[in-house]
Amino acid sequence: MNEVSYLKYEGKHNGLAGWLLSTDHKRIGVMYLAAMIVFFLTAVVFGLLMKFEMLTPGRTIMGPQTYNTLFTLHGVMMIFLFIIPGLPAIFGNFFLPIMLGAKDVAFPRINLLSWYFYIIGALMILASLLFGGGPIDTGWTFYVPYSLRTGTNVTFAVFAAFVLGFSSILTGLNFITTIHRMRAPGMNWFRMPLFAWGLYATAWIQLLATPILGITLLLIMLERIFGIGIFDPALGGDPLLYQHMFWIYSHPAVYIMILPAMGLVSEIIPTFSKKNIFGYGPIAMSSLAIAFVGYLVWGHHMFSTGISDTSRAIFSLLTFLVAIPSGVKVFNWVATLYKGSIDLRPPLLFVLIFIILFSIGGLTGLVLGSLNTDIHLTDTYFVVAHFHYVMFGGMGTLFFAALHYWFPKMFGKMYNEKIAAIGAWTFAIGFNVLYFPMFILGYLGMPRRYYDYLPEFRNLHVISTIGSWIMVTGIFIIVINLLKGFLKKEMITDINPWGGTTLEWTVPTPPPVENFDKIPVITRGPYERDEHK
Amino acid sequence: MEKTHSINYGTYVLVWLGLVALTTLTVAIAGLNLYSLTIIVAMAIATTKSLLVANYFMHVKSDSRVFKVFIVVCIVIFLTMIILTFFDLIFRYPAK
Repeated sequence: MNEVSYLKYEGKHNGLAGWLLSTDHKRIGVMYLAAMIVFFLTAVVFGLLMKFEMLTPGRTIMGPQTYNTLFTLHGVMMIFLFIIPGLPAIFGNFFLPIMLGAKDVAFPRINLLSWYFYIIGALMILASLLFGGGPIDTGWTFYVPYSLRTGTNVTFAVFAAFVLGFSSILTGLNFITTIHRMRAPGMNWFRMPLFAWGLYATAWIQLLATPILGITLLLIMLERIFGIGIFDPALGGDPLLYQHMFWIYSHPAVYIMILPAMGLVSEIIPTFSKKNIFGYGPIAMSSLAIAFVGYLVWGHHMFSTGISDTSRAIFSLLTFLVAIPSGVKVFNWVATLYKGSIDLRPPLLFVLIFIILFSIGGLTGLVLGSLNTDIHLTDTYFVVAHFHYVMFGGMGTLFFAALHYWFPKMFGKMYNEKIAAIGAWTFAIGFNVLYFPMFILGYLGMPRRYYDYLPEFRNLHVISTIGSWIMVTGIFIIVINLLKGFLKKEMITDINPWGGTTLEWTVPTPPPVENFDKIPVITRGPYERDEHK
Repeated sequence: MEKTHSINYGTYVLVWLGLVALTTLTVAIAGLNLYSLTIIVAMAIATTKSLLVANYFMHVKSDSRVFKVFIVVCIVIFLTMIILTFFDLIFRYPAK
């Protein structure tokens, strides 16, 4: 049985049912990939339409209500359906057990249940567009008191996010248990690949922070239905309590997005510089440090809301502390590249683009973490630019890196590397033309979430809109190239096309159903090259 | 290997009675005006009850160390969140 690849295996169920009822972690990972690509591309189209609206002052292609709806849907779909679950659900599911030398995750059925929660939640978000009071217009943050008063379909959409939370919690639980219980003999904690460390830190955030969002969203629903007065100031509630509770989850969620992505960087850089990773221990520990300190910085989203001066000072200080473990990672990645035998293939190209974009995003985050400059920049395009540099430049770019890195292993096929590189460069250029003008717009005072603007902002908005066209062209090239690779008839036979050293490069391409004929015994660190060919 | 739990039924009944007594105490204290101590007393009783439930009914007392570490980490993070939130609430409207 274990000679058959997971793509061709026919068990109790075949065809579509063989996928929809499969508990194989690899099939579940691919099902997440298929769903997420659809949601991601849909949200890209929403973003593109928004940028088109901003081409000229006043109405270009839509009115304010449609614009409000589009930026809400763009945010909700990107955040809850793509960026947060993206890397753990797709690549974590597919590769974590293989990297640990296991045959599957600890709870395969719960893993499939997570996927169903994800799909049901996603379908509910889409359904919320069609009935009730119409598409939500609150922004992805569902801030009160507006979300309590708007007639749009907030209750249903919030419930959808609540359901999605279960998917996240169950995946986190599964990964923690898998990492603790199912590592191959000899794989102690410090022989574990750094992608697994990233997933481990992430899983704890998923497990501990997501329930807080669940409760918060339930309270929104109860407040809307029964008017219980927890958040509504008119009923004696505290709207800032909502923001505290929302960001207690949603700031750590930023790290759910980025920690596995950083783990991926730590996989790709040693592979393509043909070197052992520099500073394995500090990189692993910095993942835990980011996860821990990341819990404690949510207040920086609330500096201008009227929270106490004491807490503003504390949250500002804690925010600056997060920069330290992030800096440790970047230093170690660059140090790994130093004097390495660098092979600039598409996955590494995406990683280098990530390092530059994420560094810009991170450094502008310090501007926002500083109390006085934040007052000037809050709720301006500066925040939009910073956020997209960190999230899209971070997780988004690395999503492409992961696809290009693991694509041959996942599907046993290869894409055109030259076209992949052209796509990457087009994406990177478009990204900067799109988002960099937003820093200047924000500094000049352009507020976020407005469909209209003063004429003096026009040139920068035009440049930004043109950037969106370039960037989407890049995404189009990347996606079509991968799709063409996927549809190719000829399979590759090389089990290790990049010369990687972790366990996924020791199993056949594509991996067989149970991954390993015999569970491997680990005798070396994950990136040591001496004994490995 | 899973361990068998050695707690007998008598202990479970005693713990349950303790929980009922603490609940009664919570209700009784709610009628008193303890000013700034109200929240501290309520939290102390709730913490005691949680410890009883976790140790006896959830068998944490007889579980391996790793689970105890998990629980302590979760509690520390949760407490930190509460304390940080209170840094806002307490100092938002300073006494004149």
